[in-house]
Amino acid sequence: MNVQFRPESSTSTSIKTAIADCDIHPARATNDELHPFMAKRWHAHLQTYGKQAYHGMMEGPPYPKAQPNASRRDAWPPEGGPQGSSLSFMQKQLLDPYNVALGVLNPLNSGQGLRNHDLAGAVCSAINDWQIEKWTSRDKRLKGSIVVANEDGVAAAAEIRKRAGDPNYVQVLLLSRNVEPLGQRRYWPVYEAAAEAGLPVGVHAFGFGGNPLTPSGWPSFYIEEMVGHAQCQQTALASLVLEGVFERFPKLKMVMIEAGFGWAPSLAWRLDKHFEKLRSEVQHLKRRPSEYIRDHVWWTTQPMEDPERREHLFETIEWIGWDKLLFATDYPHWDFDEPSRVLPAGVSDANREAFYLGNARKLYGIT
Amino acid sequence: MTSPIAGGVDCDLHPAVPHLTSLLPYMNDYWQDQVTTRGMTDLVSQSYPTNSPISSRPDWRPGQGKPGESLADMQKQALGKFGTAYGICNPLYGVQMVFSEDMQDAFCRALNDWLAREWLDKDARLRGSIVIPTQSVEKSVAEIERCAKDKRFVQVLMLVMGDMPLGKRVYWPIYAAAERLGLPIGVHAGSAYHNPPTSVGWGSYHIEDYVAQATAFQTQLTSLIVEGVFARHPNLKMVMLESGFTWLPAYLWRLHKFWRGVRMETPWVDRAPAEIVRSNIRFSLQPVDAPPDSATLDRLFNHMQSDELLLFSTDYPHWQFDGDEVLPPGLSPDLVRKIMIDNPLATYGRLKMKETTP
Repeated sequence: MNVQFRPESSTSTSIKTAIADCDIHPARATNDELHPFMAKRWHAHLQTYGKQAYHGMMEGPPYPKAQPNASRRDAWPPEGGPQGSSLSFMQKQLLDPYNVALGVLNPLNSGQGLRNHDLAGAVCSAINDWQIEKWTSRDKRLKGSIVVANEDGVAAAAEIRKRAGDPNYVQVLLLSRNVEPLGQRRYWPVYEAAAEAGLPVGVHAFGFGGNPLTPSGWPSFYIEEMVGHAQCQQTALASLVLEGVFERFPKLKMVMIEAGFGWAPSLAWRLDKHFEKLRSEVQHLKRRPSEYIRDHVWWTTQPMEDPERREHLFETIEWIGWDKLLFATDYPHWDFDEPSRVLPAGVSDANREAFYLGNARKLYGIT
Repeated sequence: MTSPIAGGVDCDLHPAVPHLTSLLPYMNDYWQDQVTTRGMTDLVSQSYPTNSPISSRPDWRPGQGKPGESLADMQKQALGKFGTAYGICNPLYGVQMVFSEDMQDAFCRALNDWLAREWLDKDARLRGSIVIPTQSVEKSVAEIERCAKDKRFVQVLMLVMGDMPLGKRVYWPIYAAAERLGLPIGVHAGSAYHNPPTSVGWGSYHIEDYVAQATAFQTQLTSLIVEGVFARHPNLKMVMLESGFTWLPAYLWRLHKFWRGVRMETPWVDRAPAEIVRSNIRFSLQPVDAPPDSATLDRLFNHMQSDELLLFSTDYPHWQFDGDEVLPPGLSPDLVRKIMIDNPLATYGRLKMKETTP
């Protein structure tokens, strides 16, 4: 991920076999792009009060990124605007050279995690319209994610139901860090509506919910925030399992996005081990935690763990299941995983196909 | 199963304070008066509710009182049972939860004196950890220096979930004192509950808090490494106690990857994270969060790429294993010796094997 991409390498690498990219971040060239999709009162509100999140910064993230917009330095579109804001440049830099057959859009900086829940809902709904207008209607390889203001579960469920059945969307998108752990009941309307619509719920790393980023308070550095997504995602997933979300919504599928997957086996073992002794506390669970995880959870690959010895990676994937990983680049972000380099030699053709494309097609129902 | 060998070091034993009033003889008049006139209750932490199944193995649970309260039980069920040469006592009494640094300080001093008088004085195999009032670094250093005069104190004890990440520079005088006095810093599972017990807020269940302990250790390791604690204190050892360890390899793969990517942010981190872990960080054995098949465990040990990281522990009286199966299946005799004897002796400089080996 820290490879410096030479200008020629970013566009000249071509991949013959089609792939799915399950984590692409589309950006707005300017915030005005959302205005056509929002009531006028919210334009004025944003102008006057801005977006107030569960942290103190009016602009930008509390932990400064390592590069502008956390993006590749070669990803600025030639026509201007931030990285990821130009469809034609995305086609040229990502979709065409890497032969992306299915690209899943995960819009960040949406309305999620805003303290004003009405504003959050208005911005999310605008982003959902904007995804069709600017992206999915113009390139059929791209599919959108329904972003929702999940702190207001009822309104979020209404937004999902409004979009249900629209083939432009393939999932509902949440962030991992919220006001409460994701298994809490305030979020159940989201899961109910998503399961009803047959849409997986993606949980993307990031967000701010007002909780310190570690159980010992706020860390100092961006690297701690980044590495820490794996811990946030583990606790979010443990919460989903232990609250009985998968018992309550047996058709629900979850995708853990951009927080690694190497932690999954150890988390499942730990949950199982202590569940054996503490199951009297969680009598609503009918199965072992690892069984819910095995049946209901998928992981995107980027940023791919890369141990010194590749057999360690293969063993870890075996413990999770080759059928549960979804390839992702995280374009246009700096820690982009280059499709031709992430999977070392020695993987069977069937597993390789599942990893790069088959699992995503199956999960998202794209033939 | 793998049989334990005699002469080992049990690095995680939990003697229980029967009640806050048990510490009164070790407090001055002012604090005795505070405790009694204010009607203070016992400091039992939510991390280990007394009657929770994990707080005591069923066959170790006493007829009355708290699990771990009786020295005779500990001698019979842990020290004698496993032929232990040294047992390190890590009291988990909830003194860290109070919010006044003065009160925390008084309670820590009382707890440390109680441990010396009521446990260390009564069994020559026992060693102690110095519990410190981390809300005041100055008072923590003073308590370390006070207790360290007693060579039976072999480590400083902190909780994995406190007020701030452990790498923060404000804590460094604690680490300087520990390094100077030859004391590793033990970081034990448990929370002061001054922050929500997970990175994403308050969950609903005891099992949720307990499972989340592993993630708290992960964030603390990141903090300790990237803040540069071990660049400043290369001889300081830290021991993660009751942390689990099966998460370590994948955690390090991720940390290493990001360190390579953004190391310009923390240029003082002069070695790769895995290298720092191998030289400065150790982990107690229990709980072994892995499936019980020896093949998977064998692969996990392989992923750890070192046989020096683990230190034997029973986690007595917590319920982490049944019967005599304190060691996971399939360990080689060489690894058993390392885990039970060599690694702890290399970690705890104040343990002198010769004194008690016949």
